[in-house]
Amino acid sequence: MCGVVVFCSNPIKFARLLWLRKKKFKQEKLMIHRYKLGGMNIVIDVYSGSVHVVDDLAYDIIGMCESAQSREEIVSEMINKYSYRSDVTKEEVQDCLNQIEELRQEGRLFAVDTFSDMAGELKKRNDGVVKALCLHVAHTCNLNCAYCFASQGKYHGERALMSFEVGKRALDFLIENSKGRKNLEVDFFGGEPLMNFGTVKELVMYARKREKECGKNFRFTLTTNGMLIDDDVIDFANREMSNVVLSLDGRKEIHDRYRVDYSGKGSWDTVVPKFQKLVKARGEKNYYIRGTFTHANPDFLKDIETMLSLGFDRLSMEPVVCGENDPERLTNEDLPIVCEQYEKLAALMLKREKEGRPFTFYHYMIDLREGPCIYKRISGCGSGSEYMAVTPWGDLYPCHQFVGDERFLLGNVWDGVINKEVRDEFASCNVYARPECANCWAKLYCSGGCAANAYHATGSVKGIYKYGCDLFRKRMECAIMLEAARAADGDE
Amino acid sequence: MKRIKTLNTKKLCDSAKKGGCGECQTSVANQKCENKEQT
Repeated sequence: MCGVVVFCSNPIKFARLLWLRKKKFKQEKLMIHRYKLGGMNIVIDVYSGSVHVVDDLAYDIIGMCESAQSREEIVSEMINKYSYRSDVTKEEVQDCLNQIEELRQEGRLFAVDTFSDMAGELKKRNDGVVKALCLHVAHTCNLNCAYCFASQGKYHGERALMSFEVGKRALDFLIENSKGRKNLEVDFFGGEPLMNFGTVKELVMYARKREKECGKNFRFTLTTNGMLIDDDVIDFANREMSNVVLSLDGRKEIHDRYRVDYSGKGSWDTVVPKFQKLVKARGEKNYYIRGTFTHANPDFLKDIETMLSLGFDRLSMEPVVCGENDPERLTNEDLPIVCEQYEKLAALMLKREKEGRPFTFYHYMIDLREGPCIYKRISGCGSGSEYMAVTPWGDLYPCHQFVGDERFLLGNVWDGVINKEVRDEFASCNVYARPECANCWAKLYCSGGCAANAYHATGSVKGIYKYGCDLFRKRMECAIMLEAARAADGDE
Repeated sequence: MKRIKTLNTKKLCDSAKKGGCGECQTSVANQKCENKEQT
C-alpha cells in the first residue's frame, strides 16, 4: 500500500473505505508538493523534508496515491497511459508502487505532521534571550531614494545619529540578555550607517573588548548605499565585518531611477567603482550586492546580468516593500513576469556553473543536508523576541521595519522590554499560528514569513502577505530544482 | 528499475533531538545549522 491506497473487492465497502481513507489523509496532515522544472520531476515531502527526483511513471503514481486511488486502479491507469512504452509493464508499475511504499515506511514520503506540538517550544525555551540587534546608528541618509521603506532613513521621525553611549548600552543589553548564547549578531543599519562611521568603529572596538571578557562571538554586518566608502571604510569593513550588504539595483538607468541624491543626481557612477574596490579587497569574506526590483523592472534578470558584468558574484535581488498606492509597487500583472525571471535566473546559474563562472543568489542558497533544525523552521526569524532593532536614542522595536510605529515600541536598552503585550504577540508568532499556512507546502522553508510584511498587508503580524508567498514558493521551487540538477550532474 | 532518487538522507524529525540551540544566524530556508552536535 502506498500513501493512501485502499484495497477492497466489494464496490460499496470500497467506496466507504476510500472515503474513510481520504478523511484520514486530511486528519493526519500529510503533505507533498509535486512540480516539474528544469526538465526534472520533483516531489517534496513536507513533513520529512525529503526531496525526491522521480521519473514520469513515479511522478504520476505518487500523484494518484495522494488522491487516494486503489492499487488496481493505479496499475490499470498507468498501463493505459503508457501503452506506447514497452518498459512500462504491470510488473514495473507494481515495482514502482513498492518503492513508494518503502519510502512511506521509512517516513520519507507521505510523512505525518508530528511537529505542531513543538510550535512555540523554541521561543518558550529561549524566553527572554536576545541574540541579535539591528543598530540604527543613523536616522539620516545622503540619498533620497523614492522607494525607501524608512522614509529616506528618517523612519517618519527626526534626523538623528546614535551616540557611542547609546550604542555601548545596546551592546551591553545584548550581552546581558544573551544568556548562554555564544554567537551574537549586530547589523549596523540606517539610514546610512557610514554617516556615523566614527561611532561604528568605536562600538566594534568596544564589542571586541567585551567579547573576550564574556566568551561571546560578535558577528557584524554593515548595510550601506556605498556613497561614503573610502580606503578607511574598506580596510575596516574587510577586517571587522563578517558580512557587508551593498545596495545596487543593477542597470544604471534602473538604479538611478530611484537611488538619487538630494539634488536628484543618480548614484550609480559614484558607488559602482567603490563597491568594486571593496569587493576586490575583500577576498573570500562574505558580501552581498543587494538590489531592489519594483514595478519599473520586473525583468530583474537583466539587472543580475549587469551585476555579473561588473564583476560581482554574490547577489541578492529583493521585491520592493512599499505602500499600497505607491507607483513602485509590484502588480498582479508583474507576478508571472517575476516568476519567469526566477526560473531563468536558475537556468543562468546552472549554465554559468558548467562554464566555471558560478555565482550565488541569496534566496537560492539552500542546504538540503545541513539546513535549519525543525525548531527554527517553525519559529522563524525571531523578530520581537531574540532579534530587535535599536533606534538612535535607544528605543527597542521588534525589527527595523517596525521602527517609527509607536504601537510596536517594546522598551529601551536601559529598562529592557516593558511592553510585554507586543513581546508576547511576537513570541507567539510561528508557522502554526497562521491558519493560511496550514496547507502550504513551503511553510517549513519560510516558517510563516515576515511579520512586518504580514502586518503591512493585513494589519496583523500573524497574517500573511499573499504576493510575497507566491514569490517565495517560486523561489523555493527554483532553489530545490538547482540542488536536484547539481545532484544529477554529480551522478554523471 | 530505480525510479525515485532521494536527495537528502536526514529527516526533519531527526533535528528534533539535538536542534533548537539558537546559535544559527538570524535570517529560514537558506540558513546554515551551526550546531556541531547536530551536524
